[in-house]
Amino acid sequence: MANMCPYGHFTHAVVRGIPETFGKKAGDSQENGEVSVDLAKAQRQFGCLTGALRQKVGLQLIEIPPDPELPESWKIEDVAVIQGDTALITRPFKEQRQSEVEAVRRVMSELNLTVVEMDGEQGDSVGATLEGSDILFTGREFFVGISSHTNRRGAEVLADTFRDFAVSTVPVCDGARLKNICSMGGPNTIIFSNSDGAKKTLRMMEQLTDHHYDVLTVPEELAANCIYIKGLSKRDFLLHRPADECPDSVSAFQKLQDYTLLPTACSEASKLGASLSSFCLLVNRKHTYF
Amino acid sequence: MKLVVCHVTLLDGTDFTCEVEKRAKGQYLFFKVCEHLNLLEKDYFGLTYKDNHDQKCWLDPTKEIKRQIRSNNWQFAFNVKFYPPDPSLLTEDITRYLLCLQLREDVASGRLPCSFVTHALLGSYTLQAEIGDYEPDQPRPLDFISQLTFAPNQNKEMEEKILELYKSHRGMTPAQADTQFLESAKKLSMYGVDLHHAKDSEGVDIMLGVCANGLLVYKDRLRINRFAWPKILKISYKRNNFYIKIRPGETEQFESTVGFKLENHRAAKRLWKVCVENHSFFRLNAPEPPTKARFLTLGSKFRYSGRTQAQTRMASSLIDRPAPSFERTSSKRISRSLDGAPMISITEAGRESAENGREPHLELHSDSKDHDKTQEEVLKHQASISQLKRSFMEAPPSSPPQPNQWEKRLTSSPATIRLQQQQVVSVPQTEAATADNTISDTKEPAKTTEVEIEETVVIQEISRAPKPGLVTVAASTPAAPSAEQEMREQEVEVQEEAAVVEEAKPRKEESISSESESEEEAEYHPYLPVSISHTQIPEEKEEEEEQEKQEEDKMPELQVLASDASSLPAKVIQPAEETRREEVESKKEDDTETEKTTNAEEEKEVERETEESTDDPMVTPDEAPNGLTLPKEGVTVMDARAEEEEEPKMNGEPSLTEAEPLPQVICCSEPPVVKTEMVTISDTFAAQKTEIATKEVPIVHTETKTITYEAAQLDGNGDGEPGVLMTAQTITSESLCTTTTTHITKTLKGGLSETRIEKRIVITGDCDIDHDQALAQAIKEAKEQHPDMSVTRVVVHKETELAEED
Repeated sequence: MANMCPYGHFTHAVVRGIPETFGKKAGDSQENGEVSVDLAKAQRQFGCLTGALRQKVGLQLIEIPPDPELPESWKIEDVAVIQGDTALITRPFKEQRQSEVEAVRRVMSELNLTVVEMDGEQGDSVGATLEGSDILFTGREFFVGISSHTNRRGAEVLADTFRDFAVSTVPVCDGARLKNICSMGGPNTIIFSNSDGAKKTLRMMEQLTDHHYDVLTVPEELAANCIYIKGLSKRDFLLHRPADECPDSVSAFQKLQDYTLLPTACSEASKLGASLSSFCLLVNRKHTYF
Repeated sequence: MKLVVCHVTLLDGTDFTCEVEKRAKGQYLFFKVCEHLNLLEKDYFGLTYKDNHDQKCWLDPTKEIKRQIRSNNWQFAFNVKFYPPDPSLLTEDITRYLLCLQLREDVASGRLPCSFVTHALLGSYTLQAEIGDYEPDQPRPLDFISQLTFAPNQNKEMEEKILELYKSHRGMTPAQADTQFLESAKKLSMYGVDLHHAKDSEGVDIMLGVCANGLLVYKDRLRINRFAWPKILKISYKRNNFYIKIRPGETEQFESTVGFKLENHRAAKRLWKVCVENHSFFRLNAPEPPTKARFLTLGSKFRYSGRTQAQTRMASSLIDRPAPSFERTSSKRISRSLDGAPMISITEAGRESAENGREPHLELHSDSKDHDKTQEEVLKHQASISQLKRSFMEAPPSSPPQPNQWEKRLTSSPATIRLQQQQVVSVPQTEAATADNTISDTKEPAKTTEVEIEETVVIQEISRAPKPGLVTVAASTPAAPSAEQEMREQEVEVQEEAAVVEEAKPRKEESISSESESEEEAEYHPYLPVSISHTQIPEEKEEEEEQEKQEEDKMPELQVLASDASSLPAKVIQPAEETRREEVESKKEDDTETEKTTNAEEEKEVERETEESTDDPMVTPDEAPNGLTLPKEGVTVMDARAEEEEEPKMNGEPSLTEAEPLPQVICCSEPPVVKTEMVTISDTFAAQKTEIATKEVPIVHTETKTITYEAAQLDGNGDGEPGVLMTAQTITSESLCTTTTTHITKTLKGGLSETRIEKRIVITGDCDIDHDQALAQAIKEAKEQHPDMSVTRVVVHKETELAEED
């Protein structure tokens, strides 16, 4: 199949800066008293992450300027699903977030990706919602976590867009998002949290898959979200939460042979339920068909 | 015989017409088509017809065509039935080419969904394969591309992409382009998935997809569940319900049954058949013995009758002919369009335009070799191919049978002829009823209605009987015969009991009035293949040692055992009485073997069936060898394959012998050598175990007859000397109405080399076939083929069906 190649080859990363409205939830800026976030720290952490992607991993970075009107727009992962040269622009659950897609759509077009829209207003996919943080693409298939933010209709649109691949739906427990409990840790490796809810999801994934994956289990849920990239000269890079955020999981990452581990802090975004992968969309422009 | 004309639509869209006898079987027509196509690796293919409800059905090769089509519409289509998961393992380009044709249609019709780029890529390979390199001076290539159908929603953009990619394939041969096409297509998630509409238990519309790996459940395009074949214990249908019984997971205690509702009982049965066939083809080493036993039962006795993938691969590896030259499709389609079919507009979807819309000036043979050959050469080549094909199929020569000694005996020795009546068969059943000691907690259902049980067991017995009784573990042991006997009996009891419970359980759930539903339900127990068939050799030699006790009761089949004359001096023919006893006994042995063939998982199943408990310590050790370990901590493996590929059990693996819950009786009492042998047995025969649960009273009446011939031979094997196995080989060949399984073993015994050839010939035919003559023929052939060998035993088991079956 044209699109089948091992997970991890990327050339570009698309990110969106942290606005000063960071921490305020879209649409209900006044009710956000319960979480206190440090904007400056969040911006510093964002800088470290993008720096690592550009300088250590060697990706070309495209940064969309922050928009204070869109306090959650930095969670760019949610608004597009990219595979091969196709980008599906999603329909986030919150209406206030739906205008986040505009800037991203432009960038996708500039990158010469085939942009597929998700029409949530009419037709078969009416009411469909989909967010990238509920989607795990393994290079061979998609898993979609059916969560508070992503529904079955949304998953169907995804399946219709990426027809070469099996798209399996899995349950996600305790209000989490699929990417909160797992992420890719290599072409053949899925990093999974050790929580009971995560185990349930893992069992379902094991049942549904036709393929073989290694599973790296980490004791802390926060640690399960990493960014894996097969960088220049075939080096394996893994951006993961640092020891001071996830002390017990560092040893698990060290089991990964010949990896370049890049501890990347993410404490502020984490307070808002986001994680490392939330910050970026990864694109492979050197995608070949054969 | 009345002849009818059959029309078969081939994969390139052309029609093949041939005449067949009105009562011909599906196989006959299929072979005709394959011959026409020059196809040897035919097991991946099949013929379809449309039933009265316009549903596509597979033509059963073993049954009369007329009875299947149930109409006078002798219209068929040649299609891929089993999509090989790795087409690069096919031996011949022509096979790959036919697979490509099927996939092109699947893709163009939307049955095999793929993305824009994949459509474009597959289309570009198609062009390369069918018309060769892109010619830069080709006028307006896009116009021509747009006249072909590559995708259900083909547009200009896609055609441009196809052209762009096509240009990049310059220099690729047609065969390479086909290979690339298949490499891309096989990775598509819906490749080889046969979809069936169904509803789940809550009435929600879903799709069930049957494929090489198991059963997939889709809701719309989303995969919502998947049952790998190793996870499935039983597949059954009843009326319009389709059930699968699932092996318990690591955390569950009991197996569960998942039910789906199909549109009607025909759909349920069709799905069930496809499951049985796919499971058999992809998961077994050899097909389960066709369930002739089930002549006495209700419900479908359908089993997959062809070769399995393992067998077809082995057979294909023996193909030794020059690559056949064949014409790739374009020219034919063009000639059709020249026949007056108008050019189809670009927007026309589906196959039609693909067939008709080719431009004449692109008529190019991809195999340029053809042009260089003179007509004569081509003909000569064809002739040698058909020669090769004949020898490949090992069809028996049709010379008239000459009477020989064996035949004379066959027709004139009443002493050894007896009717195999049910009473005889059911002898072990009484034991089963009394023996409650080996499996504790055998549930009562076995006794709820005695008559029924009896019937069930009888059926069970007969179903056992046809199994190849190749193995007798006790044979080589130095133990006293009586002790052996006892042991064996005990085992039989165990087995019987398990069987009874198995049988009786479903009965409990049902009313006895279910006779009328016979047509509408059936069960199938998928068993796991463990190793390739020729690993069964170690047992083979043991079998020889107790040869005279062996009975082959395979129904309607003839077995000719020939062994090297020099090593086997004469032996007195046993008196009839004796033979009879032996026969009954050997039935028990068959059971015993069946039991042994049970691999650990199946034993577990039986155990579960009987005890409904997983606490039994006997069961737990079973888990390990099955390779079903699931990830726990740290770096673990989430491995679909680990789950599916059972590790072959090692000979003498201690944990195994201890773990085996049922046949361990014999394990403990045998010397270690035997123990290891036994483990092997369970490996090799697991695939052939038929444990058919029946719930119904019989309505199909059959007449069975067993005739045994025992050659005079000296029992030189009784010394228990095991011999050293030199080589072993199993060859299966089939012709129109016979399937011949030849098992050749060479053993070295005390300096003497002994070659033993066991032929199992299954003759499936209607009453027109003279079985006696067929037997005579078989013996004669055996003698002709191996003039230096003597026939030591002939067992004829004849089963005549009296009522019309499904």
